[in-house]
Amino acid sequence: MQKNLFKKGITDGLAICIGYFSVSFAFGVFAVSNGLSVVEAVLISMTNLTSAGQLAAVPIICTGSGLIELALSQLVINSRYLFMSASLSQRLSSKMTVIQRLMVSFGNTDEIFAVAMSNGTQLEAQYMYGLILTPFLGWTIGTLAGAVAGNILPGIIVSALGVAIYGMLTAVVLPQIKKSKSMALCALIAIVLGCCFEYMPYLNGLPGGFAVIISAVAAALVMAAAAPVNVSEEGDICD
Amino acid sequence: MISTRFLICLVVMAGVTYLLRMLPIVVLRQKIKNRFILSFLHYIPVAVLSVMIVPSVFYASDSLISALVGFAAALILSFFEKSLIQVACAACAAVLVTEIIIRYI
Repeated sequence: MQKNLFKKGITDGLAICIGYFSVSFAFGVFAVSNGLSVVEAVLISMTNLTSAGQLAAVPIICTGSGLIELALSQLVINSRYLFMSASLSQRLSSKMTVIQRLMVSFGNTDEIFAVAMSNGTQLEAQYMYGLILTPFLGWTIGTLAGAVAGNILPGIIVSALGVAIYGMLTAVVLPQIKKSKSMALCALIAIVLGCCFEYMPYLNGLPGGFAVIISAVAAALVMAAAAPVNVSEEGDICD
Repeated sequence: MISTRFLICLVVMAGVTYLLRMLPIVVLRQKIKNRFILSFLHYIPVAVLSVMIVPSVFYASDSLISALVGFAAALILSFFEKSLIQVACAACAAVLVTEIIIRYI
């Protein structure tokens, strides 16, 4: 029974695994082109298992910026996990021990969360382990492949691969912006602020990590005040 | 050789990310009902990702022109909701072709 649950998790995680391989390949290329070693890139992927946060962290690590900037960038960019974990916690089996909860927490990524939430209300630890294991392997091996490739490929190819990760992020964001005017406005505010921090005198002295944090938080705060979402009795967001 | 500074950075980023995922699962068992917090949460992913793309994408390749062409390709394919891999490959290909044109023609 428990073995079957683990197997089902592995199978359900396979699609995520394939997607992760390609995204983490791009991360691997990005990391070594910023000056990290192959081992460092793989270590980051194995311990963090998150795309946007890792992407933001690489320039901060490589330019020798402060640890506070690094911690804050992760706090803001990954703050969504706080809410996804809060939501997942209600779906986990009541039989799950604290140790099992500690282990499952590590793998609560956007995609694993999405698949887990679509699989019932009493999720068992064995199922979650399987569902986390395959994407974890895809993420790690993809990073390794990308980092190695980034080191041996000619410069012109690495330059082209440099946009891959931004292409993927665009593919994630644009459909959401297209669907809702308030989302589009939110993105616009964040981008305008981000550009101010990049190009305006005085403001452009701020390290890049802080620029992302301040721009994103400000945009989300403005939109949360100006266009709050509708919340159902159960506390779910409804459009 | 892995530096001490890198290891400290690794512990900091992995620690923050893990705590964010772990604390609600282990500690909190109640649903958040505050409308403002839920709204903030609703907007933060798009805000973060948008500002991570622009302006950084302009410096993602060897030249501004090829980066702009690559980004334009990504925007067009994303608008038509192509898959992540298709969009990424198209952006890379657009950059490569532009770089070849700039360098050799």
